[in-house]
Amino acid sequence: MYRYDEFDARFVRERVAQFRDQVARRLDGALNEDEFKPLRLKNGVYLQLHAYMLRIAIPYGTLSSRQLRQLALIGEKYDRGYGHFTTRTNMQFNWPRLRDVPAILDLLADVEMHCIQTSGNCIRNVTADHFAGVAADEIEDPRPTAELIRQWSSLHPEFDYLPRKFKIAVTGSAQDRAVIKAHDIGLRILRNAKGEIGYEVMVGGGLGRTPMIAKTIRSFLPKDELLAYLESVLRVYNLEGRRDNKYKARVKILVHEIGAETFSRLVEEEYARLDGPSIVADPEEVARIAAYFASPHYEKLPARSAAFEKGKAKNRAFATWAAVNLFAHKIPGYAAATISLKAIGEAPGDVTCAQMRVLADLAQQYSFDELRITHAQNVVLPHVEQDDLLAIWQTLVEAGLATANAGLITDIIACPGLDYCSLATARSIPIAQALAHRFADQKRQLDIGELNVKISGCINACGHHHVGHIGILGLEKSGKESYQITLGGDATLNAAIGENLGPGLAAQDVPDAIERIVDVYLAHRQNGESFIESVRRLGLEPFKAVIQEKLHAPA
Amino acid sequence: MSVAKRPPLPVILLANDLLDGEVVFWTGKQWSPEPIEALIAHNETGASGLEAEAAKALAANRVVDAYLVDVSLDASGGAVPRHYREKIKTEGPSVRRDLGKQAGLFNIARNGN
Amino acid sequence: MPLLDRNGAKTDDWTLSPDGAADAPRVLVAFDHVQNALAGNGRGRRIGVAIANTIKAEALAPFLTDLDLVSIAFPSYGDGRGFSIAKQLRHLGFKGTLRASGPLIADQFAYALACGFDEVELPEAQAARQPVDQWVRAAASISKTYQRGFGAQNILDARRAARLAGK
Ligand code: SF4
Repeated sequence: MYRYDEFDARFVRERVAQFRDQVARRLDGALNEDEFKPLRLKNGVYLQLHAYMLRIAIPYGTLSSRQLRQLALIGEKYDRGYGHFTTRTNMQFNWPRLRDVPAILDLLADVEMHCIQTSGNCIRNVTADHFAGVAADEIEDPRPTAELIRQWSSLHPEFDYLPRKFKIAVTGSAQDRAVIKAHDIGLRILRNAKGEIGYEVMVGGGLGRTPMIAKTIRSFLPKDELLAYLESVLRVYNLEGRRDNKYKARVKILVHEIGAETFSRLVEEEYARLDGPSIVADPEEVARIAAYFASPHYEKLPARSAAFEKGKAKNRAFATWAAVNLFAHKIPGYAAATISLKAIGEAPGDVTCAQMRVLADLAQQYSFDELRITHAQNVVLPHVEQDDLLAIWQTLVEAGLATANAGLITDIIACPGLDYCSLATARSIPIAQALAHRFADQKRQLDIGELNVKISGCINACGHHHVGHIGILGLEKSGKESYQITLGGDATLNAAIGENLGPGLAAQDVPDAIERIVDVYLAHRQNGESFIESVRRLGLEPFKAVIQEKLHAPA
Repeated sequence: MSVAKRPPLPVILLANDLLDGEVVFWTGKQWSPEPIEALIAHNETGASGLEAEAAKALAANRVVDAYLVDVSLDASGGAVPRHYREKIKTEGPSVRRDLGKQAGLFNIARNGN
Repeated sequence: MPLLDRNGAKTDDWTLSPDGAADAPRVLVAFDHVQNALAGNGRGRRIGVAIANTIKAEALAPFLTDLDLVSIAFPSYGDGRGFSIAKQLRHLGFKGTLRASGPLIADQFAYALACGFDEVELPEAQAARQPVDQWVRAAASISKTYQRGFGAQNILDARRAARLAGK
């Protein structure tokens, strides 16, 4: 993991002092609310429905046990004993008081954390593949790149007042687990014909009101040119992005309006004018950062763990959890374990402070002190010995964290929705809970197989509903909550935006509707097709038909 | 921040406390975290009075996001927001009945000013 | 309107004269008149130009060696185009004074300086609410940044120096 040096540490401390001063100037009237709001947002402080909300950056989803314990402490001391992991792998606390935020920031700085740029019209927390350093198909760990971007983008003097927010994601594997095509910039690490490492640069993806899939504007960017190239992209966006309409201000609209080719040309022109060396980090600096992400000292283990096999043979529940929640590790004898924060009936992504401590202890004891937060709002223990899996699972069971549903229909992504969020048009969490209850049966879930349900409480799409195999969008219709269902979205490198199945449904009708959709799949699937494969083959019609039936059925 | 368009009567005035974020209601004398203490305006004059209070409190950097909310009256004459959003805002998360005002948990001293 | 630079308040010795007709030692003209003002400048006046943030930096390129000041408008503090234009003008080799003009807030002062601005011109109300000492303090609140900018110290070079010193 990256560790702060004296410069990083000082920078974050000064940022805390700066925010403390900004709060004081808000209170004495030097700053009015219109001026203060972007300043607090750039430091992760929102005003939500019931209270302020604090969003803490977890850069590229990587956490140490010490950091997670500190989050638990903050949650108990300044909040209500729980936190929420978001689809941008950040943590949100729902009840902090503005007067306490500077003290919370100090506690975060103590463990090398901050809230810088977790909101606002600036470059946001950079995300990466949660199986970085784990996946066998990885070309290079994306996290040194993400850390380099984190530093470069922190309080960037030129890019802190962009037309709109700007999100960057990096993946280093053939498979995309970071939804890079739904980002303002998606970076895919690859090797060219000469064997050199570089990036495919995709620009203009994004969800929200106008969902778009990112387009490639550079198929191979040499690794050492990254920051200068990003600077060119951001400068073109800062100058040319629309500022007349908030809903048209994201870079995706600019790319769409002028075309990817023109956008790419503008970027290349700007790039040619830049003084690259003044921007790019020295090779020594890149190497310094990369060294922090070197592999941990793995043991030499047999590929097959006798203890693990015996545990599975003896305990069905453990065997199921292992079959569903484990991810193959590149090192023999190891596994990466997904810890689902989607227990049936709980709010997706919510975790109590007591559970945070359990997770921290497990990471410390079994996973080289490291945890990952996923965009699917789960936690990963990235490097555990298979020999230890049974003991880990037993601890998880006691903590209510052993739900065996990673990637299944009850592993639902849901934004906080109207239960917390002031922008929401409808609630998300109760819909997720009702669906989880409906499909709680383990055998049925396994039979259905991989199926991503994603729920957003408004058109902002924090719950990624557009790229859910089944997406649910909560809206308001005639003073009531109404839910629109989309089908066929895909968050991988085959990225696709789901299509609307028809008019919105009342909350109580959503579980039935989803069940009917699933039944169509079960009735029509061929040769072990997954849900999304069937949807692609069958098209929307058979699914639309059952939703129509549902709509017109007598109540 | 300006006061939004006036909703249908009767109305109450709510806002968030600037320092603590708590949802607070204008009682006629002070800001209270208790929805039950909200002053209910039944006519245009009353609503205008609430709007004036909102402007004053915003200018004094006491609250933020102040606006009028249309309510219906429950059996005991208490104000209940008509819209589901404002109802959740005055109660707390519907998925956590153990949190927020509905559970008697406040981020601000009750009856304080 | 009040003017300040990194040292504090400053008197504005420029005369705004959009068509360049004013007979003053330092004349600030509109973009449309910059060519004329420079061409007919036999009187030894210094010429500056005030531009909107929709003007491209390259459009000023032919005049940059003759201009003493470029004032870039910030229509609101949330509109950050001026920061990029300033950087581009510096890249193009502009050595004169760069002025940011508009309702910026103190917290943006450090950014403005790092992008190559020298001074900020504020509306009266803004300056009254945010006294000069707040600006000077805000400019110094982050001692080293992650970007190599104009003036401010940066972490990249500090790290390199530390490496060379064998730390
Ligand atoms: S999608 Fe809408 S409701 Fe959900 S968290 Fe985002 S802004 Fe709030």
